[in-house]
Amino acid sequence: MCETCGCSEGAETKIVNLETCKTRDPASNHHDDSHHHAHLHDDGHFHDHVHDHDHSHSHASTVLLERDVLAKNTALAARNRAWFAGREILALNLVSGPGAGKTTLLERTVRELRHTLTIFVIEGDQATTNDSLRIRAAGVPVVQINTGSGCHLDADMVARGLAELKPSFGSVLVIENVGNLVCPAMFDLGESAKVAILSVTEGDDKPIKYPHMFQAASLLLINKIDLLPYVEFDLNRCQDYARQVNPAIEIMTLSATTGEGLENWFDWISAPSRREHGGTFPQPLEAVLDLK
Amino acid sequence: MHELALIQSVVEMVTEHAQGRCVRRVKLEIGKFTCVTPDAMRFCFDVVATGTPLDGARLEIVEIEALARCRVCGETFVQQTLWSCCPCGERDYDRLSGDELQVKEYELDADATV
Repeated sequence: MCETCGCSEGAETKIVNLETCKTRDPASNHHDDSHHHAHLHDDGHFHDHVHDHDHSHSHASTVLLERDVLAKNTALAARNRAWFAGREILALNLVSGPGAGKTTLLERTVRELRHTLTIFVIEGDQATTNDSLRIRAAGVPVVQINTGSGCHLDADMVARGLAELKPSFGSVLVIENVGNLVCPAMFDLGESAKVAILSVTEGDDKPIKYPHMFQAASLLLINKIDLLPYVEFDLNRCQDYARQVNPAIEIMTLSATTGEGLENWFDWISAPSRREHGGTFPQPLEAVLDLK
Repeated sequence: MHELALIQSVVEMVTEHAQGRCVRRVKLEIGKFTCVTPDAMRFCFDVVATGTPLDGARLEIVEIEALARCRVCGETFVQQTLWSCCPCGERDYDRLSGDELQVKEYELDADATV
């Protein structure tokens, strides 16, 4: 159950490994310590800065706590991020509302790039393995996380997914988040970048209506541009709104169906500099340690 | 809904830290741009705290305003919206506050302080 979002009342997260056809319930599972990244003990491996500062009043005692409510997820995300950086893995968090075309775009991306890049995928949905089956059919390793009634992935779920998936050194990991333009913005997974997808069938004012998500994203992909002649979607206005909430956001327009504009997206993922500046370290470790 | 489980985290955190002693007040600091609704937090708190050492405690919420420092002119300004720009017109800034979600302090019941 998500610890910080009340939408998953009693529902359990499941990790489905399509490679082994096994389903794991993380609540009853322990991973061996050789995968040091694999699990988190209940008391966590993080230590936040806590003051215990009892004032001896005659009637009550005030204790200064100053603890971030989301501290646990933040710490786990930092650990994920360091894990990715140490393995030079480019981790992308794909976010959008439901139906924007994340899975179709990812399917197309995998089919086109799998011979030039090593790609791993974590799929996030409330239920079913539908999306992960599509990705597996496209030819890359994938793990499905079912959140039950949960509305987003969190860092702990991703860590458990990584323990199943075991992405290799120098690979690209794409995490397709649950379709939701609100909650995923709050939960850092440890990714290098959030990539937001918006389709032209959704309305050109989405960036201003859901500003937190578009402010958190590094790249905006405006999808389904082949449908522009049939919808009232002002491409320029949408891009203006996106830049209003996030002046630094990169924007690409494309169609996962027809292929228009996909080359720019493929170049973006494939760029070597993307991996060098991802994660905690600005350079690959071997450069930092002067091992070349 | 976020607020229910965020409050569950708050109650668990304070209960654990207070080592089961009765609590009469909890103070939260919530940034203006944090994606939570204070009224929903209060509603959920009354429900979640029932039967716990925080039962009957007052939830105090302090909203922290959103401050940013412009990287162009150096001015510190208040942001009314997530996309407010500096009075100088630039949008290149560092946010100083407004994203907080923390338990600032809690107050133990008189009987709890032995």
